[in-house]
Amino acid sequence: MARMTYLAAARAALAEEMRRDPLVWAVGEDLGRGGVFGQYAGLVEEFGPERISDAPISEAAILGASVGAALMGTRPVVEMRFSDFALCAVDELVNQAAKARFMFGGQGRVPLVVREPIGMWRSSAAQHSQSLEAWYAHIPGLVVACPATPADNKGLLKSAIRCDDPVVYMEHKNLWPLEGEVPEGEHLVPFGVARRVRAGGDVTIVSWSQQVHVCAEAAEALAGEGIGVDLIDLRTLWPWDRVMVLESAARTGRLLVCHEAVAVAGFGAEIAATVAEHTSAKVRRLGAPRAPVGYAPPVEDAVRVGAAAVAATARSMMGR
Amino acid sequence: MPPDQSSRNFDVSRLREQHRLMWRIRALEQAALRGLAEKVVLGAIHPSIGQEAVAAGVVGNLRRDDILLSTHRGHGHTLAKGADSEAMLRELLGRVGGTCGGKGGSMHIADFQVGMLGANGVVGANIVIAAGAAHAIKLRREDRVVCCIFGDGAINRGPFLEGLNWAAVFGLPVLFVCEDNGFAATTRTASMTAGAGPATRARAFGIVAEEVDGNDILAVDAAVQGLLAQVRGGGGPRFLHASTYRLTGHTGADAAPYRPAEEVAARRLEEPIGRAAELLRGAGVDAAALAADQAAAEAEIAAAYEAAFAAPYPEAAEAFRDVQDVGSPLQGAF
Repeated sequence: MARMTYLAAARAALAEEMRRDPLVWAVGEDLGRGGVFGQYAGLVEEFGPERISDAPISEAAILGASVGAALMGTRPVVEMRFSDFALCAVDELVNQAAKARFMFGGQGRVPLVVREPIGMWRSSAAQHSQSLEAWYAHIPGLVVACPATPADNKGLLKSAIRCDDPVVYMEHKNLWPLEGEVPEGEHLVPFGVARRVRAGGDVTIVSWSQQVHVCAEAAEALAGEGIGVDLIDLRTLWPWDRVMVLESAARTGRLLVCHEAVAVAGFGAEIAATVAEHTSAKVRRLGAPRAPVGYAPPVEDAVRVGAAAVAATARSMMGR
Repeated sequence: MPPDQSSRNFDVSRLREQHRLMWRIRALEQAALRGLAEKVVLGAIHPSIGQEAVAAGVVGNLRRDDILLSTHRGHGHTLAKGADSEAMLRELLGRVGGTCGGKGGSMHIADFQVGMLGANGVVGANIVIAAGAAHAIKLRREDRVVCCIFGDGAINRGPFLEGLNWAAVFGLPVLFVCEDNGFAATTRTASMTAGAGPATRARAFGIVAEEVDGNDILAVDAAVQGLLAQVRGGGGPRFLHASTYRLTGHTGADAAPYRPAEEVAARRLEEPIGRAAELLRGAGVDAAALAADQAAAEAEIAAAYEAAFAAPYPEAAEAFRDVQDVGSPLQGAF
């Protein structure tokens, strides 16, 4: 184990995979200077400018070229800076990357990872703050990963790079400096296996990414009130761990799904519906209002799902 | 009327091969239209009748291990790259043994065994994919090249700008070919396109670009040979603008009433197979031999069509195969 940040864990994962497999390369804007958040710092010195490649501000070309390069057998790691910018490359991801394997009858594979940092940090406003994971969970052919911890940001990124299908890899911008224990060397987190953050018997709370930490804060407060929270970090939205979620919800009889993304048509709806179909658990979900993220702190905070709201919802589910 | 061709020098056997290939393409397109009329080709098809010299002249110059990216109007390109006509027709009919197992159809026809990395249902989308295929070739220090064919409509899409810039910046081995049939779907491209055209746009990126009569197989062949030699020599991307004319509608179902019959009749006189035949006759090839080329092509395609028609549809379970390795497609579904 080593103590490192969420950002450093991902950098270690990429470096290890690039040392292991010469077909892995990374491409995106500003990578030669370490990337917009420093996720690539030092890598061009080790791997050179061909494998840590700068790119023009051409999201469609960055992603589309990576589709072509992946079909040819290389394994591109694509940096999009912000999930918001990746919308300039939706055709390349949704119509091309996600479908090539199927529509060509299995003749080709598209082993690319597209890193799309998500989420609110401070005052980045409507075009640099979105959480768009549900869009991609809806698309057949795509894997969607949303790591919440430094250890997972290493283990999931390594799994993503080794995956033979396209992976939408959504790191949360607010988590870059988060420190935690990270296994050294070969540490692979499989897709579709959730993480139980804390065990409890009263309310199941399912979340992912930064919102896991908000829910953990709420769970701590609820524990002091005698309410036991079974907190599940989903880690990947596709595939997602139905077994752990259904077992927990059936046991506690209460499911609260909580995400930073807009509640309407969010992935929480999928989980809530699944649990409602398969258990008799009481189901609630919490997500952001259906409004763009604002700049001024009070406006921005108005669309955050905070720990107090999570705790209040759990209490009401307990009849308190 | 086509220009006087009596004084041109050419390799008769090479042109004869191209003549045969163009007839195979036309016969395939006619079979596709027949399938549409008989309701066994089920989705949209986009015929390339009248444009065969681009397919034969461009793709005929590629090696088997070179890579080709094509468009929704890609039957001719695919056949010219070496795909099997029966496998192609099975794909068009959605049958077992199709190049994509019947899961892609006309607009997604692909044959990776011969380096044909796919037609594309989205105009211009293949340009950035082609740049990336060339990027991989460069990263791996291979000596093959990529050819990307797109239509005149594609030059108004963003991936045209992004893909040409990308290929030029990284010095990639790719030949871009704008197969200009004059129409962006059912709209005259000129009416919706500013500036001096595809080659001028390519030159703005510093890419060497040539313009050619795309119905003149000799001109296309010569231009492509020159440009491909430059690409293979490490010169970076090159660009060809080949002007042709789409003798059919946008799709097999489009009667193209938006253009006068006289225009089509005049352009039919300039179609490429007849022009190649005229050159061959001038070089002493007799009419019976030229008719035999046509008959052989039609016989091949007729047999392929019958075999495709007799083949079964894929089983329904194919709907869930090759989606992705993780997560069941049936999870949460009916």
